[in-house]
Amino acid sequence: MRIETTETFAGPIRILVPTGSLGAGAREEEIRYAMARGMHAIATDAGSTDSGAAYLALGISKNNRGSVKRDLTVLMKAASDARIPLIIGSAGQAGGDANVDWTKEIALEVAAELGIKPRIAILYSEIDKATLKARNALGKVRALPPLGALDDATIDSCDHIVAVMGAEPYIAALQAGADIIIGGRTTDTAVIASYALWKGAPPGPAWHAAKVAECGGQCAVNRLASAGVLISIDRNGFEVEPPSLENQCSPHSVSAHMLYENSNPFLLTEPGGTLDVTEADYTAIDHRAVRVTGSVWKPQPYTMKLEGAGRGRYQTIMLIGIQDPDVLTRVDEFHDKMLAWLYRRTRDTIGPAAGDFHISLRMYGWNAVSGDKPPAGTPAPREIGVLFVATADTQEMATQIAKACNPYFFHFPIELDKELPSYGFAFSPADIERGPVYEFKLNHVVEVDDPQALVRTEWLDLSRQERAP
Amino acid sequence: MTTLRQVCHHIRSKNAGPFWVTIDLFFDGDASFRRYGESPVLGPELFQRLYGADPRLVKRYPVPKLHMVKISYARTNVQGGEVERDMHCGQQFVRLLDVELDDRA
Repeated sequence: MRIETTETFAGPIRILVPTGSLGAGAREEEIRYAMARGMHAIATDAGSTDSGAAYLALGISKNNRGSVKRDLTVLMKAASDARIPLIIGSAGQAGGDANVDWTKEIALEVAAELGIKPRIAILYSEIDKATLKARNALGKVRALPPLGALDDATIDSCDHIVAVMGAEPYIAALQAGADIIIGGRTTDTAVIASYALWKGAPPGPAWHAAKVAECGGQCAVNRLASAGVLISIDRNGFEVEPPSLENQCSPHSVSAHMLYENSNPFLLTEPGGTLDVTEADYTAIDHRAVRVTGSVWKPQPYTMKLEGAGRGRYQTIMLIGIQDPDVLTRVDEFHDKMLAWLYRRTRDTIGPAAGDFHISLRMYGWNAVSGDKPPAGTPAPREIGVLFVATADTQEMATQIAKACNPYFFHFPIELDKELPSYGFAFSPADIERGPVYEFKLNHVVEVDDPQALVRTEWLDLSRQERAP
Repeated sequence: MTTLRQVCHHIRSKNAGPFWVTIDLFFDGDASFRRYGESPVLGPELFQRLYGADPRLVKRYPVPKLHMVKISYARTNVQGGEVERDMHCGQQFVRLLDVELDDRA
């Protein structure tokens, strides 16, 4: 693979990150701005673990198909017009194989509608359980706190497992002539840094610029005034500006973003090294752009983080609203009494068949988010919503528990000698099957000698397919 | 007594991956940062008391250039588990607002 070295790197390399997540809404006027500034590539991630494990476990996208297709249409047209690469990582939110294929199908549809014939590289990094068990048995898997050593049972409890890619598979795809890259789970930074690294940009500024830009316009002063951000990486540092004259980046807005969703404000661990911004210096170029120097890249033995998601037990929920002031002055007492009755009711009517079930009442408007008892003297709320959550081994049992609890949940009196009240409910039937609980099961890294060892690259060369008989 | 919200212009919390929570305390200037940034009140015991965090898994990073302190702790319940109340941990900062800081000069 031919990669220009930092010594011969002329720079600067300008990358447009058009949105914080594919489907969030790329703006055509920002793309025109970046084109006029001479952008060399468009790069964006399409996902995160933040919204929960369901998207990996189920292989589904969080963003709706229409908004992803809309962004792909805008970005694929822009990249084709400007003859520059479009790089997408963590496709379909979770970046599992099914998430990647979902995104691939949309991209093929868009290409046909636009009448363009790009060479598309698809990077998969889902890892099968046998492969992971074998590597674990060789001592190649390490736990990250707070989790402990990995065992086969934990691997088996996952529905899908991905290895989080670094920049190398992207660089290889660019080197092989990709017009569009659709990657599975990847660090946000690797997706954005890959083009500049391929061109021989110094790694410290390339990775730091990518971290600043990972959420698009989030690093600007006004988080909503622009969707994207433009980074320009040169031999000694990088510059960042919003691709919109309406917005600004300030040294504070740019430096603060390094803190975002990162447990350490100075170090960012990537598959092949660590970005260290301890000595980074942020200065205003003018009222809109910021220059950053002093970012350091420290190579480390190559490790890929593992993400695995699996399903747990099943839940059925019900919801009521309460305005009765006699309840609202005694919410904690009401909660405790009702919960005791619901457990009793379930045991009396379903018995041992209910298994190791769990019932939770969340008092929205009082303490549903914290779960803490508010201090004495807290004023009574005007109304509250009570969410009932039954958890059981099967969906059917969770619903049976909800149905058994139904009359008590909807009519439980604060004073047992008064007539039964009816609390406000909005739906009939009242119980809603929520499906299983999804959890991330892994917080481990796997050591690999070759960054591509766990990555599969497939090519869709639309120009060739067209010529085939 | 001075509370945290009186000396910070912004306090936020968020997941840092599915297993960690990170809290950013942006002090309202150099004076407040110097006076309270290293306060022992903001130590691991506070996070154990407020969030049930394992004090060995509470990490504090002062960032003098930004007059801010980042404190990260391991989640005590799995993200999205059976009793999830705050998927992004975006509301967890609220318990810190009225923490009383040591007012010794």
